[in-house]
This record gives sequence, structure tokens and C-alpha cells, in this order.
Amino acid sequence: MLELKNISKKVGNALHISDVSMSLEKGSVNVLLGPTLSGKTSLMRLMAGLDRPTSGSILMNGSNVVGMPVQKRNVAMVYQQFINYPAMTVYENIASPMRVAGVDQATIDRRVNEAADLMKLTPYLDRTPANLSGGQQQRTALARALVKNAELVLLDEPLANLDYKLREELRVELPKIFAETGAVFVYATTEPQEALLLGGKTATLCEGRVTQFDRTIDVYNHPSDLLTAQTFSDPPMNVLPVTKVGNEFVFETSRVDVPTNVSGLADGNYKIGVRPHHMLLEEPKGHSMKLDCVVSTTEITGSESFIHLQSRGAHMVALMHGVHRVEIGDAIPAYLEQKSFFIFDHHENLVSAPTFDSQN
Amino acid sequence: MDKPYNNKAWFLVVPVFALVALSAIIPIMTVVNYSFQDTFGNNQFFWAGTEWFQDVLSSDRFWDALGRNFMFSVIILSIEIPLGIGIALTMPKKGIWVPVCLVTMALPLLIPWNVVGTIWQIFGRADIGLLGYSLDQLGVNYNYASNIFDAWATIILMDVWHWTSLVVLLCYAGLVSIPEAYYQAAKIDGASRWSVFRYIQLPKIRGVLIIAFLLRFMDSFMIYTEPFVLTGGGPGNSTTFMSIDLVKQAIGQFDLGPAAAMSLVYQLIVLSVCYVFFTVMSNVGVDKPDARVED
Amino acid sequence: MASITLDRLAHSYDPNPKTDADFALKEIDYEWEDGGAYALLGPSGCGKTTLLNIISGLLVPSKGHIKFDGKDVTHLQPEERNIAQVFQFPVIYDTMTVRQNLAFPLLNRRVPRDEITKRVADMIEVLDLADKADRKARRLTADEKQKISLGRGLVRYDVNAILFDEPLTVIDPHMKWQLRTKLKDLHRQLGHTMIYVTHDQTEALTFADKVVVMYEGEVVQIGTPEELFDEPAHTFVGYFIGSPGMNVLPCQINGKTAEIGSTKIELAREYNISGSNIELGIRPEFVSLSSDRAGIPVQIDAVENIGRFKIVRANLEGHSINAVLKEGESVPADPTFKFATDRINVYENSHLVRAGG
Repeated sequence: MLELKNISKKVGNALHISDVSMSLEKGSVNVLLGPTLSGKTSLMRLMAGLDRPTSGSILMNGSNVVGMPVQKRNVAMVYQQFINYPAMTVYENIASPMRVAGVDQATIDRRVNEAADLMKLTPYLDRTPANLSGGQQQRTALARALVKNAELVLLDEPLANLDYKLREELRVELPKIFAETGAVFVYATTEPQEALLLGGKTATLCEGRVTQFDRTIDVYNHPSDLLTAQTFSDPPMNVLPVTKVGNEFVFETSRVDVPTNVSGLADGNYKIGVRPHHMLLEEPKGHSMKLDCVVSTTEITGSESFIHLQSRGAHMVALMHGVHRVEIGDAIPAYLEQKSFFIFDHHENLVSAPTFDSQN
Repeated sequence: MDKPYNNKAWFLVVPVFALVALSAIIPIMTVVNYSFQDTFGNNQFFWAGTEWFQDVLSSDRFWDALGRNFMFSVIILSIEIPLGIGIALTMPKKGIWVPVCLVTMALPLLIPWNVVGTIWQIFGRADIGLLGYSLDQLGVNYNYASNIFDAWATIILMDVWHWTSLVVLLCYAGLVSIPEAYYQAAKIDGASRWSVFRYIQLPKIRGVLIIAFLLRFMDSFMIYTEPFVLTGGGPGNSTTFMSIDLVKQAIGQFDLGPAAAMSLVYQLIVLSVCYVFFTVMSNVGVDKPDARVED
Repeated sequence: MASITLDRLAHSYDPNPKTDADFALKEIDYEWEDGGAYALLGPSGCGKTTLLNIISGLLVPSKGHIKFDGKDVTHLQPEERNIAQVFQFPVIYDTMTVRQNLAFPLLNRRVPRDEITKRVADMIEVLDLADKADRKARRLTADEKQKISLGRGLVRYDVNAILFDEPLTVIDPHMKWQLRTKLKDLHRQLGHTMIYVTHDQTEALTFADKVVVMYEGEVVQIGTPEELFDEPAHTFVGYFIGSPGMNVLPCQINGKTAEIGSTKIELAREYNISGSNIELGIRPEFVSLSSDRAGIPVQIDAVENIGRFKIVRANLEGHSINAVLKEGESVPADPTFKFATDRINVYENSHLVRAGG
């Protein structure tokens, strides 16, 4: 188990990591989700022991490892670039950490074959990395990280340089592999979809701060603040500044009843977040807020349609199932369903999240 | 900087520290010591204060030598840097000719200074040297031992021949690291060959160019062997650079005090010019960091 | 702006290609309309970059011709083709400001000064870079740099085509949305012929009017996003488009019934095929779950909640099969699958069997 306690990291005057505390369980997958430069790599370097935190402590199985050099920690790391030993075969590449550790040949043989089997690399064991595709190279790097039996495996956007479909396949396989090894896995990504597919727990990062750390699906369904919700939304969440007046939320000339579960809220300014697939172009049965919009762009993928809308300076996206054709420049109404509101107060902290589908 | 501590590493550095202390700091302390004292032999020293420094700074000999040094460095840099960039630009970027070119370029760098001096000294002689003889036959009155211009031209030629390769190799390394997409984009934008150089290649090799510039400046400013081998500083005092003057004073005339003071001044000049160059060159074309509020 | 004709184009990196397999790009014959937005979609090594390089003029094809507005440009250099290209990594002129970057292609073409000033000012407006116009381009973020490289093409009003080579690779997901929408917007406003190369289906499908799907050097389908989704012409298209991709199950066809092992599935029409390599394709979106005993018996392996929907991963007679559940729906007890009959496609040797087959 890896625990970070009030970790901060300053480089010069810039604060790269700001007061991060989190505790990572054995055998768990922990996703670090955030845009480029949000501090994912910095945080991983601290966990690995490549950098020393400016303040705070890092505990591995209860003992403080701050200052312990990375060679002495049992850590494996996989990077975005495919890093293998170019002169060695795939077999030797995978075996290399065990050779360093002085493991006997029979064990090496067994574990390399197991890992190769898992990563579907068995036919390529005799090749050198130059004769492999990008996906195979990255799987070799992953296999090497896995055979090391490290207590902590850090993966820094390992799939970012791979083809879309290959990424999709590995995303499905990786959680199964992770579950089998019992190490602490930390996985950095910029893509919300990837976090959701990996499952486990997710920490959303923004400007060096962990805004939330919880079960992935819980972070998605109950983001603690607007920043987290926006980080964890692809396509981006629609956000509307509203004023609560009596029993109504008001945006310009549009209004909707305040949901009953938050009827006790004080009057004032709030923000409503609605995910694109809850923004509708046809009036739903329940309460909803009607917005007069102008279509700015449409994107049709064949199975879904993204309708980009402008409404009094607010840019919104509606995600519809199937093919939905509307003309650009058309004025059409859009509806924000009351039951799918994320409500944030004027500090942008979550007040209320939609309640449906909270189980699993 | 703030990597996890590994105390053993410090012990590994100790021998280096000891070496540096013995080889650099102690001799420099000796020089400093000499520059403030006078001696009449017998290991007897008298405090001389800043007298030697005043002497050095008020002597024409010093200022003349310094002038020659600057002139030499300016000429060397203004030939070697453009020439080096030019050659690097014409070198192939891939194919079997790359290693051939690189080895050819590296060859002069492998020859020691005094050998270069000797080669050119002989090469330029009108009686037995190919260059000197040929020029003589063509009716050019070339004699580095008596003509100031010829002596300078020979030394400059020597240095250019010896060291342009360094500039070439550095620039070449910078040029090959420019991604192909930049050239494609420039073609598509209709850029001329000059624009490609001015807006893509030059900005991208700026870093290595600064290094080449500094290395060539320091080295040319400390020129010694070539004029020493060629004419010993002559004809007259025309190629007596500071380093040669220094040796003449220290060994020829045994004026240790003034020589020590002069070498300190010399060192100070090299350091401060390098510092100025470095600061200026690394700031050229870099705009002030703007207040980036939005990110 | 121009139409682009690919006239029996093929390319092999081998100077003496013998078999079909030696071709990195197998023969393609197609016409791209003036002002259209096209995408070349496929995994790495499918030949899409080869095709792009032939269009841009970096490669001369081993066979066939390429024409812009009917004029043969096969042997013209990139700079003579009057095209613009946006690369995977932003290419900008470091030492120039944003404004100077945009003016550069016009200066090179000796456009009059005041015309340049005007066009550049317009372009800065269009790209939303007004507040950064006089900054050094180097100091901008990746997405802003990409806008500049696009802008350098757009300021030349007369470009024949704008080519994009995976332009969103280095852009954060959040910014991808904005940049993509901007691109679409610009295409609508300015009407350039645009060709977009990518391995990302979402980018291809949202950007293009027509998507060219490539696989192992071959164009396997050219169609609108809807066509690619509803009627994939090749099992590869079914697999590659859609996330998760189409379920492809080996089967036997017997008139109006498909047999997968011992499971019988009703088809919308009768097929008259008897080949050995027959497959049934159904998209996960058209597989529904119920407790109906008469449904297709499956064994559920996993249910993944990915927010907007759930993926149900299951096993049917030894073949893996996926279904998609909308947000809020849950897996019933003892579930069986049901296929939307009119959404089932049948494939022979990986190619779609169309009506009458």
C-alpha cells in the first residue's frame, strides 16, 4: 500500500504539486486524470522516487520512503514513448529486470512465457523491437514492467501513441492483467473515456491539485466540484450560470423549477452542469429548462450526432443517438432535463448530482 | 538538484575535487601571490601592492597585444562561423556520403596545434613548401617571415583550416535534428531557400551556434602555438599576441610579477567577454516572458 | 479550390512490384468533389499516409495519375500544387509573431502589402487569436499553434486543397472538441476542399462528409458516416468504426435463418449463399437484453459502466459478443440477447452480401 501525505513539490517558485494526500491499495488500479501539465507526470515521479517532495511524506507499506533512491524501491514504469532495449530480443527485453535481480533461468523462462502469453507476444519473442509494430513494442514494455513483480507499477499515458482501435483493445485487457498481479497500479491519462474503461479509482488533477479521489464511477457521477466535473467529461459538460429566485432557477428568460431535493437552497447564483447526452432537442416529460438556441455546427458519426448550439453567449453541445439532421443557423429550442442537473454553488462546489443510475 | 540523497555519490566526487584543487586552484593562487609581490631571487618576496597591475595596464605593449587579440578573434569568428554554417548546409543529411563527410570534417581536429603550425610553416616556405613555392612561381611575393600581412593571413588560414570543422560538426548536428515537416511546410508556404535558412534553420541551430561561438572565441583569444611556431611573434611584434607576450615576459625576461598580473588580467578579460557573449546571444530573439495570466 | 481525381492510382515502395502484396497502396479510382470534406481513416500501415503524400506531391505514384480540376499534377512538386498542409506536430516559425507567421506565405507570393495586412487581420479574427496576434508564436499552446499552421493555409484564398495529417494528436481531449468544431466551422465558411488523415474514428466521422476507410493498402469503403455505421461493406469497417466495434460471428446461412453453432437467428430476408466463410455482423447498439426465454442464450462475462452507457461483454457459443446498455438501464436476471433483425448484415469472405446475393 502506498500512502502520500500532504505532498508538495516546488520547482523554483512554481508549485508543481500542491498538498496531495492519497492512499493507494494493493492490487488496485488508480487513474490520474487531467489535462497536459496538470501534474500527472510530476506526481508519478514523486511516487517512483525519481524526485523528492518539497514537503510531505510518502509511505510504502507503512515505512517512509522519502529519500530512498529509486533503485532500492520496487518500482516499474512505462512511458508514453515505447522504451525497449533496441539490441535485445523481445524475450531478453522482458527478462532484463529478472537478469539484473539474479533470478534463475528456469524461473525467468517461466515468467517470460507467462507474460508473453498475457500480452499476446509469444510469436514475437525472437524479434528485436525494431521489427515490431508500435502496439507490440508497447506490450513488450508493459510485459517487462509486469514480470518485475514490482510493488508499484506506474504507467504514464502508455497508450497515447497507439492507434485508436489498439488502444481500445488494450484498455479492455489491461484491467484484467492488473487484477491478477496484486501490485499498486497508477495510470495517467488525459482521456475521461480511458479512465472509465479502466475502472478502479480515479484522481482528477488540475494545476497540481487532486480535486477528487474516489471510485472512478463515483467521481464521474458525483464530481465534488465544477472543475472535476469538467475534467471528467468528454464531450465537455454544458455549464449554465443561473440565479435561484424563490422556487425557480433563472437563466435570462428561461426558468425551471428547483428540484425538490434541493428546495432548501438559499437564493443566489448557481451553476448548472448538464452532460451533452442529457441535453435534448425534444421536450421531455418531466421538468426541464427550455433554451432558445441557434445551431452552430453539427457532427454526425453515424451512430450519434453532436449538435453544437449557441444560446445567449453560452456554447452548448447536445449528443443525440442516431442521425439527427438540423440546419446550421436554425433557431431551435433545447431542453435541459431537471433530473439530470449537476448543481454547483457560487464556490463551484457540488450541491446536488443526478440520482439515477447510482448503483454500479 | 533535489533528487533523493545518496551520500556515497559524494565520495566518488572527492578525487575530482582533489585534482581540480591541485591542478587549478593552487597554481592560480601562486599566480595571484606573484602578482602582488616582487622578488629578487633567493625566495625573498616584497609586497608590491597593485604596482604590477598599474604597470601592465599603463603599458603600450599590453594594449597593443590586446588589440591584436581582439582583431584576430573577430576575423576568425567572422570567417569560421559563416563558413562552418555554409559547409554544414551543403552536407548530405542521409546516405552513404554522411560518414565520409563526417570523417573528412573531423580529420583536422585530430591534429595537434604545434603540428598544424609546423605543417603550415613548411607548406608556406618559398623554397621547399608547396604553397610558398607555387605562389612564388606565380609571381606573388609571399613571405610570412617579413611581411606582416602574409604572417597574419597564414595564421588565420591555419586556424580556419584547423577549426572550421568544429563549427561544421556542431551546426550539422543541429541541422539534422530539424524534423522534415518544417521543410515541407516551408515549401508549401512558398518560402525561398534564404527564408528557409533565416526562419527555420537558423533559429533551430541557435543553441549549438552559441556553443560554437563561445568555443571558437575562447580558443582564438588564447592563440599561442601557431604564431609561436610560425614566426615566434614576428615579424617585429606584429603577431605577438597576449599569450606570446606573457611567455616572453615570464620566461624570456623573467619578470614574474608583471607576467602574473598580466595573466590575471588576461583571464579576467576572457571570462568577462565570454559572459557578455553568452548573455547577449542567449537573449537575442527571446521575447520577454509575458504575464501569462490565463494559464 | 479544386476537385481531386485519383485516376487508377497505386503505389509500391518496391521498384519492381510482383504481387498485389507489394503495393502499399492498391489501385484506387475516385473523384473528390470541389469543396468537400474527406477523411482517410485506418490503422497505422494501412496506406493512408502514402495516399496523402501522393496528393501533396511528396511521392510520385508508381501507377496512375492525380488531377486537380482535371489538370494532371502527378509530377508536380508540392510547392507547385498550391496546397496547404497541417502536420501531426505544429509547425510554426519560432522567431515570428502570430501575425508574421500568417503573413509569411503571402509575402513569399508577393501579394501587395495592404492586401496582406487585410487578409491576415481577417484570419486572426476567424481563428480567435486577436489577443495573441503580436506574440511570438513559440509561446503559444499546442492547439493555438495548430490553428496558426492551419491559418497559413487559409490566408491563401486560392489553395486547391488543405491536407491534415493527424492534426489533433498532441491536443488535449478538451481542446480537441473546440479545434474540431472550429475546423468544421471554417470549412463551412470558406469552402476549401479538405482531406483529413487519421486513425481516430470520432475525428474522421465528425469531420468528413465522406470517409475513406483503408485497410492493408486497400480502400475497403467510401461512404458517409451513416453508411459506414449502418452498412459496413467489409467486416473490417464494422470492427473499426464504432466503439465497441461490430460483433462479427461465424455462421451458416440456411435461407432466412443464420445458425451460429446450435443457435438459430432469424434474418430479415433470404440469402442464397453457400460459401464456407460466412459471417453475421450486428452492432452492439442493436443487441438488446431481456429475460425472454426465447432469446439468444449467452453467458455474461462482464459489465463495464463507462458513464454514458454500459458495455455488456458476453459469450455466445464460444464467440465473444458485446451489447450496449443505455445509462440507467440495468442487466436483467438470467439475460438473453435479442438482435434487431433489420440491422443484421451478412458477410461472405469479409465482404457484405447485398440484396439479391
